[in-house]
Formats: sequence, C-alpha cells, structure tokens
Amino acid sequence: MCDTCGCGEGGETIILRKPGREGAHIHLEGEHAHHHEHEHEHEHEHSHVHPQDHRGREVVIEQNILSKNDLLAERNRGYFEAKKIAAFNLVSSPGSGKTSLLERTITAMKGKKDFFVIEGDQQTMHDADRIHATGVPVIQINTGNGCHLDARMIHEAVKELDPGEDSVLMIENVGNLVCPSLFDLGESKRIVVMSVPEGDDKPIKYPTMFQSSDLCIINKTDLLPYVDFDMEKVKNYARQVKPEMEFIELSVRTGEGMEPWYEWIEKNSGVLL
Amino acid sequence: MHELSIAMSIVELAEEYAGKEHAEKVTELEIEVGDFSGVVIDALEFAMEEAVKESICQGAVWKIIPVHPLARCGSCGHTYHPDSLFQPCPACGGYGAEILQGEELRLRSILVE
Repeated sequence: MCDTCGCGEGGETIILRKPGREGAHIHLEGEHAHHHEHEHEHEHEHSHVHPQDHRGREVVIEQNILSKNDLLAERNRGYFEAKKIAAFNLVSSPGSGKTSLLERTITAMKGKKDFFVIEGDQQTMHDADRIHATGVPVIQINTGNGCHLDARMIHEAVKELDPGEDSVLMIENVGNLVCPSLFDLGESKRIVVMSVPEGDDKPIKYPTMFQSSDLCIINKTDLLPYVDFDMEKVKNYARQVKPEMEFIELSVRTGEGMEPWYEWIEKNSGVLL
Repeated sequence: MHELSIAMSIVELAEEYAGKEHAEKVTELEIEVGDFSGVVIDALEFAMEEAVKESICQGAVWKIIPVHPLARCGSCGHTYHPDSLFQPCPACGGYGAEILQGEELRLRSILVE
C-alpha cells in the first residue's frame, strides 16, 4: 500500500514528489495500464500475417522491444532542444558522489545558470531534500522496486517541474551501472560518474554503461594517496570501450578540479547540441 | 533487474499486435537477444514467466534466439566477431569498432490464435 496516501498501490508504482510538498504526489500508472494506448500506430503498419498452421497464425513483428521508450525519449529530446534545455543524465554506482557533485555545482553556478533537478531513487526523498536546500526546483521520482529511470518517468517529471528556456536539467539516475544504460531518457549528454575507491577496472566491468556515456567524471581524487588506483589505466580502459570519451578528474569534497567541470557545463548548455 | 521491464515490454508489444489481429491468445513468441544487448538471457527467461501471467501471452512458449556480435574496425575495416565491447581489432589492434550486430533486443514474431 502507498505509504503516503494509502491508495492501495503496491511497491511497483512510480511516485513523483516535491520537497516541502510531500502530501501532493503523483502516481504513474503501471506499465501494463498503458497497453490499450495506440499513440504510435503509424510505425506498426508493416506487420505481415502468414497462413494459419497448427500452432496458430504467425505475425512478423521485427520491432525493437524498447521502441516505446526510445520514441518517448526522442519526444523528450525534441522538447529539450526546442527550449534549449541542456539535459544531463548522471549515471553511476551507488555512493560515487552524484548528489554531492550536484550540490556543489549548483551552489557554485547558481548565478550563471538556471538549474532544475530530477532525482531518481528507489525509496527516499533524501537526495531531493539535499538539492531542495540549495534553492533550485527539484522533483523526486521514486521508482519503487525499479532499478532505472525511463523516458516516461522523465516525461511526467518534466511536466511537473516545467524547466525554463536555456536552463540546465540535471537528471540523477538510480545508482546502478547496469540497467540505466539501456534506457534513453532523451538527454543531451550522458555523464558517468565514478570514484577512486571503486577501482580502476570499472569501465571494462560495466562496458555498456561506459560505451553509452559522453563524459566520465572521476570523483574523490583526494583519496588517491590512500587507494590503489591507476588514473591512466582507468582512462585506457574507458577509451577501449569508447575512444572519444572525455574525462574530468575532481574532488567534490576539496573542490579541486571543479573548474573544468563548470566550464564543461557552460560549453554544453545554452546551445543546440 | 531491468529484465522485468524488458519482459513486460515484450508482452505489451505482443498484446498490441495480437489485438490488431483480433487474436484471442498468443501461443508463441520469438525474441532476439544480442550478446551485447545488456540483457542476461537467464534473467529474461525468469522475468518472462512473471510477465506473461494474466496476459494474452499466458501459456505461450517463447524462444529466445541469441545473436552473436559482429564488428567492423573503424581504422582498417576488418570485420570480426568480438567477445567483448573492449576487444581490439585482431587485424590492426584498433579500438572503437562499429557494432554491426549483437545489440539486438527485438520481438521477431508471434504466433496467435
């Protein structure tokens, strides 16, 4: 049962919430609730039916299973482009410092850029509360048992959040280096955040995620003296999977290396990408 | 466990096509899963068992057809079968090959009654 409104919805329900307004929240219907919508019939015109045999009639489909997500992602992308919103999808394993990175970045750049934030998390409001404290609009998506954000959740969250023109939309995905890699949200750039204590073989352990990312942020560089972490090795591994990968080394805690990251945001926002 | 989302999308897609054919049930599904699709076939099998329940696909059999990767080297054009996304070209040692196949995640066909 939903612990906020007691509506009887189970753990798979997706909930959107805003800090300070926890009483008001939106349930997204389960995915099966949408199966009678035929918004995209035009693209399914080419099915072919073969004569009936003893097991039934064959219907040839040949369609990408994630095509619905991909279509909705493109719709999000079009909206972002039209409003010149730079949407960044931050992915990482849990604990790499995504929320801390956002807190520090927003605090430092607030006068220069309008930030809007979508926080993805299975259960809590913790991350949204932290972002709320920086004073920028934020919405929390609780995925319940879901391990990733998808384009539909972003579509609904953006309607609620209503990011302005020329703004920067930071989307903090659920901490997970596997599942979010498959789900295009319509972002302008995907940013994979890793941290020094995680080890330097992450890029080849989770190649799909690194292959689909544009920028790799290596956080917690202040811990380099204390852990076995080879900076060149991690970059070489990442380039094996994605030769054109960009890198930024920084420490959110000490602030060292943050400037190149701020410059990267400037360079990749406010323009058509 | 994104395989459950994938399995639910498969069932949803099958329901949509079956509905257009005015079919009463889906008896078989053919699904292509590339080795580089990011989906674990065992996990998908498990998720499918849940996803078909109380749907038009209940009782259907599914065939998961693995698709083995094929890549073309961006430097020398050599075509080869990579074992991983970070395997260099066996001819020139270059990285960043174009993946020609192996990322498939497709519903190929269904049988309906």
